[in-house]
Amino acid sequence: MTVEAKLGQVANYVDERTGAAAFLKKSLKKVFPDHWSFLLGEVALYSFVILLLSGTFLTFWFDPSMREVVYEGSYQPLEGVKMSAAYASALHISFEVRGGLLMRQIHHWAALIFMAAIVAHLLRVFFTGAFRKPREGNWIIGVGLLTLGIVEGFLGYSLPDDLLSGTGIRIAEAIIQAIPVVGSYLSYFAFGGVFPGELFIPRIYIVHVLLLPGAFLALITVHLMLVWYQKHTQYPGPGRTEKNVVGYPLMPMYMAKAGGFFFIVFGVTAFLGAVASINPIWLYGPYTPAQISAGSQPDWYMGWLDGLVRMAPPIETYFFGYTISWNILIPGLIIPGILFTGMALYPFIESWITGDKREHHLLDRPRNAPNRTALGAMSLTFMLVTLINGGNDLIATHFDLSINQIMWGTRIGVFVLPPLAFIITKRLCLSLQRADRELVLHGRETGRLLRMPSGEFVEVHEPISPEKAFILTSHEQMPALDLPAVDARGVKRAGALKNKLRARLSKANAEAIPKVSADDLKEIESH
Amino acid sequence: MSSQLEPSKDPGLPAHVHRKTDTDPKAADRAERQVAAMFGISALGTVLLIVSYVFIPDDVFVFIPIMGNQNAHQLGLGLGMAIALFFIGLGAIHWAKTLMPDQEVVMQRHEFRSPEQDRKDFVDTVKEGAASSGLGRRSLIKKSLGAALGLSALSPILLLRDLGPLPGPEQKMTNWKSGTYLVTDPGDRRIKASDLEVGSVAQVMPEFADPKDRHLDDIAKDALLLIRLRPSEFNLEPDRLAMTHEGIIAFSKICSHMGCAVALYEQTTKHLLCPCHQSTFDVTRAAKVIFGPAARPLPQLDITVDGEGYLIARKPFSEPVGPSFWGREK
Repeated sequence: MTVEAKLGQVANYVDERTGAAAFLKKSLKKVFPDHWSFLLGEVALYSFVILLLSGTFLTFWFDPSMREVVYEGSYQPLEGVKMSAAYASALHISFEVRGGLLMRQIHHWAALIFMAAIVAHLLRVFFTGAFRKPREGNWIIGVGLLTLGIVEGFLGYSLPDDLLSGTGIRIAEAIIQAIPVVGSYLSYFAFGGVFPGELFIPRIYIVHVLLLPGAFLALITVHLMLVWYQKHTQYPGPGRTEKNVVGYPLMPMYMAKAGGFFFIVFGVTAFLGAVASINPIWLYGPYTPAQISAGSQPDWYMGWLDGLVRMAPPIETYFFGYTISWNILIPGLIIPGILFTGMALYPFIESWITGDKREHHLLDRPRNAPNRTALGAMSLTFMLVTLINGGNDLIATHFDLSINQIMWGTRIGVFVLPPLAFIITKRLCLSLQRADRELVLHGRETGRLLRMPSGEFVEVHEPISPEKAFILTSHEQMPALDLPAVDARGVKRAGALKNKLRARLSKANAEAIPKVSADDLKEIESH
Repeated sequence: MSSQLEPSKDPGLPAHVHRKTDTDPKAADRAERQVAAMFGISALGTVLLIVSYVFIPDDVFVFIPIMGNQNAHQLGLGLGMAIALFFIGLGAIHWAKTLMPDQEVVMQRHEFRSPEQDRKDFVDTVKEGAASSGLGRRSLIKKSLGAALGLSALSPILLLRDLGPLPGPEQKMTNWKSGTYLVTDPGDRRIKASDLEVGSVAQVMPEFADPKDRHLDDIAKDALLLIRLRPSEFNLEPDRLAMTHEGIIAFSKICSHMGCAVALYEQTTKHLLCPCHQSTFDVTRAAKVIFGPAARPLPQLDITVDGEGYLIARKPFSEPVGPSFWGREK
């Protein structure tokens, strides 16, 4: 029997027991648009699968206990040293379990890639406007996954109980303690008493391997079901409209490509795990609160938070014997809270500004949404400045600079550079729009020079293809909302301030270089 | 020149361009062999993994340029696995790109908004359901249900109460008492002032009857730094100067910012630096914060010597050590 016939029998078997023939037929023919930037979310998904597989391997040997033991393993430098059972078992995995170190490194690399892919995917979705109606809900789920990812990653590298991870936990405890009124209570509940106690690692272990992975599985499932049901967005282009999806069917093209891509991501992660040492816990030694290694760094996705904490001004206020640590609260809780809430609400904020409540399935070219692109560049710049300050000690030693200079540079930069990035990016977008307009009107430069009878030199321009012209002119340019302060009957509207703000934002948002119209072309022909 | 250009007019999907493998059976056969070769390389990767697992002992190191000495066992396992996985993926994608139909397909979308009639019926159903339950009319049910649900949420919060004890005085106390001996860490030996040279720094702990009783909980608040300067180098208030002994000054090693160990001492500037967030403390001025996010100096311990010249604490710390918390000064 041929393969086709066998698969046919399987399909028959499934349908006779589920009656799912109609649904499955449609699903197998489902069309997915093809673009490299759509792979970023896939990388995140595949890293998650790798994390589940490698993490399960590690749980077979890891002992999440803070019980004190004396090390007797094969790593000579720590022979006879007192340490927690958690750290000892992490050493055991690294040195005695064959493939254990490889799995530890794959797990850690996959976590870094997971977070990087989530961030890259988020940027793609943001800059192309894929979060617009009807996908606001999926955007919020994505922000949730990013937040959980940061927490999950932090808990993960806290588990081995080495000197570096214990220091991270100590800092987390300080943030909990800084919460006004209830901080000490929360800290005592989390640690089962004073820091570090013997309960914290067993507790975060179950959160790390059960609670959060469960939440991830649920959220990722919903995230993908929504992508499936709402169908993927696509970039604008000839033949692509708000009403269709152009791409390859799930079976066989997309299955083969996506399935193959999973193995490629796994292969690259395994390669990194094989050759690139990461988190060599045996070099750090077991955790003790009295020691620390210079150049202590969290994983990269925590770097911005660390940088914010580092640059905070030394402000605490005291009243009636109570202490409020602004130097911890502002960078550790307030700013991240504002950033993540703002990010989650952004689709609603943008639609409030534009007044656009329609469905969108065609993506924006970032230049055609200058305000949004500039806002993204501004946020990225903020993150980059704080991230740089998170590594200020390493930068100082590597480039022979003073920490104090870097700190002051970033303290000022964090206020100055993001707005500057906004202005520059917005101007860049408008310039690119102008270049698009030029291209449609006058064609592309060929590099061929022509000498006119008058002696003048001109460059020959060639008209661009209709496909290219369509891409450059098919986007929509929405006018600003008309929001007069008084209504038709001359009565002042309620919420005047809010109205004024909305009108101003809408005006700024609608700023654009007019795209080429049919009239423009007619006019140019008459010359 | 641009008469054929009509802005915003969709020229339609570009015509499908056939690949070489679509038209030339030889090219297609070649592509098939390439895919099979990639799957073959993957199989070799698995062989490498098995060979490494079984035959390479885990204490053999090989030198590889740039990477330095690498554990051969671990490297073989990892590379074998990487090759096995990567080439399955590469083969599958090459197969898809060369041999599977690459004609783009168009599928129609439907607007998510339902037809008006359905929407109206749906809203009516919801309204009817709500009305027939009497939720709007019978406010007693609504209110009592809300109260019951709200109260029931208290039980999980209450049940989590035993996660830990309530904060007590131990939060503000250390094991430094009047007369506690300073002992070396590691070693647990008592220290004489003469053991410490001018310019040197040492980490010390309070003496325990049995050092085995000293746990991380104790170290987390007891860790102490001893620094010896020339007495003339101090720039201290008289009461602070009185807390030093022959130029030896003692500070809590736990950072007043977020509790890291303030482990870096710069001898020339006499500054203490916390490696976590770069708070910098001036030793000559009673650990005053001169840079970074810490808002308070490191607590200073009052030290003196006993009759035999061993360093002891004269008094406990006068304030809690470590990071700030709400009731710290209560």
